[in-house]
Amino acid sequence: MTPFPLPLTQLFGHWGQYVIYFLIGVGFGAVLELAGFGNSKKLAAQFYFTDLSVLKVMFTAIVVAMVLVFGASALGLLDYNLVWVNHTYLWPGIVGGLIMGVGFIIGGFCPGTSLVSASTGKVDGLFFFLGALFGVFAFGETVGLYDAFWHSSYMGRFTLMQWLNLDTGIVVVLVVLMALFMFWGAEQLEHIFGGKEPKDAPKWRYGAAGGLLALAVAVLVIGQPSTAERWARIAPEKEAQLAQRAVQIHPGELLELIHDSSLRVIMLDVRSQTDYNQFHILDAQHVQPEELPGLVGTLQAQPANTVIVLMSNDEEAATDAWKFLVAESVPNVYILGGGINGWLDTFADDEFRATHVVVGAAPDTLRYTFDAALGARHPAAKPDPHAYELEYEPKVQLQIKRGPSGGGCGS
Amino acid sequence: MTTISKPLPTAMRSKERVLAKREARPYINPYLAGILLGLVLFTSFFITGGGLGASGAMNNFVVFVEDAIAPRHVDRTPYLLSIAGGDKNPLDSWMVFMLIGTAVGGALSGWLNGRMKLETNKGPHISVGTRWGMAFLGGAIMGYGARLARGCTSGQALSGGAVLSVGSWAFMFAVFGGAYGLAYFVRKLWR
Repeated sequence: MTPFPLPLTQLFGHWGQYVIYFLIGVGFGAVLELAGFGNSKKLAAQFYFTDLSVLKVMFTAIVVAMVLVFGASALGLLDYNLVWVNHTYLWPGIVGGLIMGVGFIIGGFCPGTSLVSASTGKVDGLFFFLGALFGVFAFGETVGLYDAFWHSSYMGRFTLMQWLNLDTGIVVVLVVLMALFMFWGAEQLEHIFGGKEPKDAPKWRYGAAGGLLALAVAVLVIGQPSTAERWARIAPEKEAQLAQRAVQIHPGELLELIHDSSLRVIMLDVRSQTDYNQFHILDAQHVQPEELPGLVGTLQAQPANTVIVLMSNDEEAATDAWKFLVAESVPNVYILGGGINGWLDTFADDEFRATHVVVGAAPDTLRYTFDAALGARHPAAKPDPHAYELEYEPKVQLQIKRGPSGGGCGS
Repeated sequence: MTTISKPLPTAMRSKERVLAKREARPYINPYLAGILLGLVLFTSFFITGGGLGASGAMNNFVVFVEDAIAPRHVDRTPYLLSIAGGDKNPLDSWMVFMLIGTAVGGALSGWLNGRMKLETNKGPHISVGTRWGMAFLGGAIMGYGARLARGCTSGQALSGGAVLSVGSWAFMFAVFGGAYGLAYFVRKLWR
């Protein structure tokens, strides 16, 4: 398992972890102040091309953090799957962004910088901060009027890599190149509109640009860890769990989970479409193994009380799917022990089991036949939990989530 | 912070009052500031798994006050309910502590660099009162937009941008677009 991000609640306790966030905030506030972002005139100058510090600071910070995040991920230190990536709500984001741009040029700050400004005695910063609190209040009171729009065009955790269908390393290099081009353009504009001479700027920035590009290329060359590499890292521990049958849950436990109202159970049926049409457990979703990579983001975004149960006819295909999801850091994944065949052994009535059994069925194929493609209409698809007294060893233990479940500005 | 000291020499106008007896140092090079900000942002992602933020915590503060004044109103509004419903304490959030840290860090840096000064920064052709009014108005617009976009410049553009979220990049260009689109028409405020 990758060591970072740290399980902060486990290490420092619920309130103790906030010390870390406080310290990060101190660093954040100090850097904003050092950059001059407590001064509205310096911020507004961005939009009259005389001083493009806003663009330079923002994009430098973005590319530096990006290269380090993906570099740490490439080296196996940081698990990118556990890093919070702001979910995309495309149109609310764009409309909100345009509104914020208007507020920026009228008021001269953004929320974070106004706080820094106010804390260094700038009265306009204080008025902006109070205004922002009022705006936040007004939003809370009016969002109910257009809730549907606010939740529209939702794309979940959607990255530039997925959008462009490019390798992570290539996107990292392209973003660095784009930023360097923007810095060059910004210096030209400052020269034209602000009379600044690019040659007066420190020479070390060329070295820094070169170093950054070199790091980005290194990220590209090393590459992000593949699922196989991620699995290899955790294999000894996880293979032992499989061997000890610590993650294969009894059909009786699954039935109990389904009826536990404090849990959310996601059942993923990885068998063929034909088998699924013949019979599946009520509410189980049909998923082909090749669809799993696209599901990782959705599964990770589920609340902490979610249990994911994989099932195939026996256990083979479900175990492969389990390895994939576990390697991709999806929490709380289990396998239906004995598979659908075991489920039918447990919950189908005696007559069905006597008359519909297939003798000598190949491994991981359906061991019962059905008169029609019943899907979830078969009685065994939704057994009555009160009708069975089953003895089994409960195995599901919910893991505490690592990494935050929301971004810095909440959602 | 510290005691408000005597007014500056007349050349600097009596409106400006220094809150710490230090010479104001110039701001640091923007690329250097960007590198430092990038390091803070990376540290945040590396240790906590999340980025930086400001406006979310402001929302928590606002809802906390609302919940203290009108708890039943909060319990009837779904959006507010999700933040402060029942016995949920909106101040029990990492965002709140980061915001407090941001204020402390800003004050510390301003004080150490001699920029802790009671003043109003504004364009040369508007009055202090106008600047204050515009700052409040701009803040209100920005606060509203930040909630609509689910994030401000730091939480969406900076943090989401660094981990390559599509929505964050679209948002970032929208902010610049909105500001550049209006800049010419409000140039009297700044020029």
